[in-house]
Amino acid sequence: MVKRTLLIAVTITTGLVILMGYFINLPALVSVRKIFLNWAIILAAVALLIGLINLIVVHARKIINKEPGSHYSLVLLVSLMVTAVVGIVSGPTSKMSQWIFNNIQIPIETSLMALLAVVLISAAIRFTYRRPTSFSLIFIFTTLIIMLGTVSNPWLNVSWLSELRLWITRVPVVGGARGILFGVVLGTIATGLRVLMGADRPYED
Amino acid sequence: MNLPYQIDPGYIGLGFVLLFLLLILTFTAILRDKGRRSLGEAGLRKIPAFKKLWRTMNYSVESGKRLHLTLGRAGIGGEHSTSSLVGLSILKSVAQFVSMGDKSPITTSGEGTLMILSQDTTRSAYSSSGVAEKFDQADGQLSGLTPFSYASGTLPIIYDQQTSGTIMVGHFGSEAALIADASENTDCMTLAGSDDLSAQAILVATANEPLIGEELYAAGAYMQIGLTHTASVRAQDVIRWILVIVILVGAALKLTGVF
Repeated sequence: MVKRTLLIAVTITTGLVILMGYFINLPALVSVRKIFLNWAIILAAVALLIGLINLIVVHARKIINKEPGSHYSLVLLVSLMVTAVVGIVSGPTSKMSQWIFNNIQIPIETSLMALLAVVLISAAIRFTYRRPTSFSLIFIFTTLIIMLGTVSNPWLNVSWLSELRLWITRVPVVGGARGILFGVVLGTIATGLRVLMGADRPYED
Repeated sequence: MNLPYQIDPGYIGLGFVLLFLLLILTFTAILRDKGRRSLGEAGLRKIPAFKKLWRTMNYSVESGKRLHLTLGRAGIGGEHSTSSLVGLSILKSVAQFVSMGDKSPITTSGEGTLMILSQDTTRSAYSSSGVAEKFDQADGQLSGLTPFSYASGTLPIIYDQQTSGTIMVGHFGSEAALIADASENTDCMTLAGSDDLSAQAILVATANEPLIGEELYAAGAYMQIGLTHTASVRAQDVIRWILVIVILVGAALKLTGVF
């Protein structure tokens, strides 16, 4: 009980100091805020290391237990070890490290991005028959206008289409996006205040 | 029109936050005083996604299937941290509920601190339910550190673990489409919400239960985590009306040439 109270007190005090540091321009408050934020950065780096250990443990366990897809886990662990050894021995900006980054990581991530385009088209089609409402029709219709208005068409020069696309992206889209952002911002403040009040505790004893 | 004196914007911001805090405390007191615990009694509209989530949680316990929560790739020290905190609140509620079942929920994240907090949240939820021994470190996993490695690390869990549902709550980018699509392909309930606008647009098409805008932040109230969550939703409504009136009055003053 004492431990929990202490944890809540430390969290609320730290949160209040950082919050006040943003609003009130007191040099002492601002420097304390900077110290706390530097601590947070160091802790996040340590957490990253713990996360990597977790990744190794989870996949090593998968291989030992011969779970489905354990050969992928083996590929992951070998790749992780090779990259780590290269990075530690020759440095993260060395030619070897850059080669791994440019010839393995970037092509894989780019191909996943290409896959994303296919996934989105299939999702849009599924969306229309899963929820055949006026809303889904507007969604698909707008998507088509934006796509047709963006691509260059050598056979058909329809200037009104690109003007319509411009109007959609400048007027209803901006209006809607601002409305959604309005809700997101209010939700963000409310969540932050709940943490400051100790009502939301992502930490436990 | 020139104002006679300038107010420091920092103090305006502080005043706004204090007003918000005051409203949350007032609504908490009102709700506690009247003993209003259900959503209808608290004056909240129905969001079908949360109703389905409760149903999926029940199904998860009955069928012995795991629930999968993925909390995005924002930590707790940046501008997107509040969406991660909402994800952790939902995780706590879900873990407490399904602790009576055979299978524990599995959580994936794309950031180190979030992974540690997801493990801690699950462990504490189990401890409070008296089943601390059921907790396993592998219940909270780091699936990748870049957007697409995070997505590709999450996909095997959806396909291999035969989950009953996927709950995506946190900060995602366009990679959310890959995760939501995988969940849809396994015929799971997919509840998804992000603070990112492009991810929200993608999730409307890919997830069967998308959360738009502030719906993500109202999750605590709908998961019945506590009165403060319900009170903060009511406070958001009041602040929203105040801001709408301020914007309209400002526009009218501008139109009439006062400002």
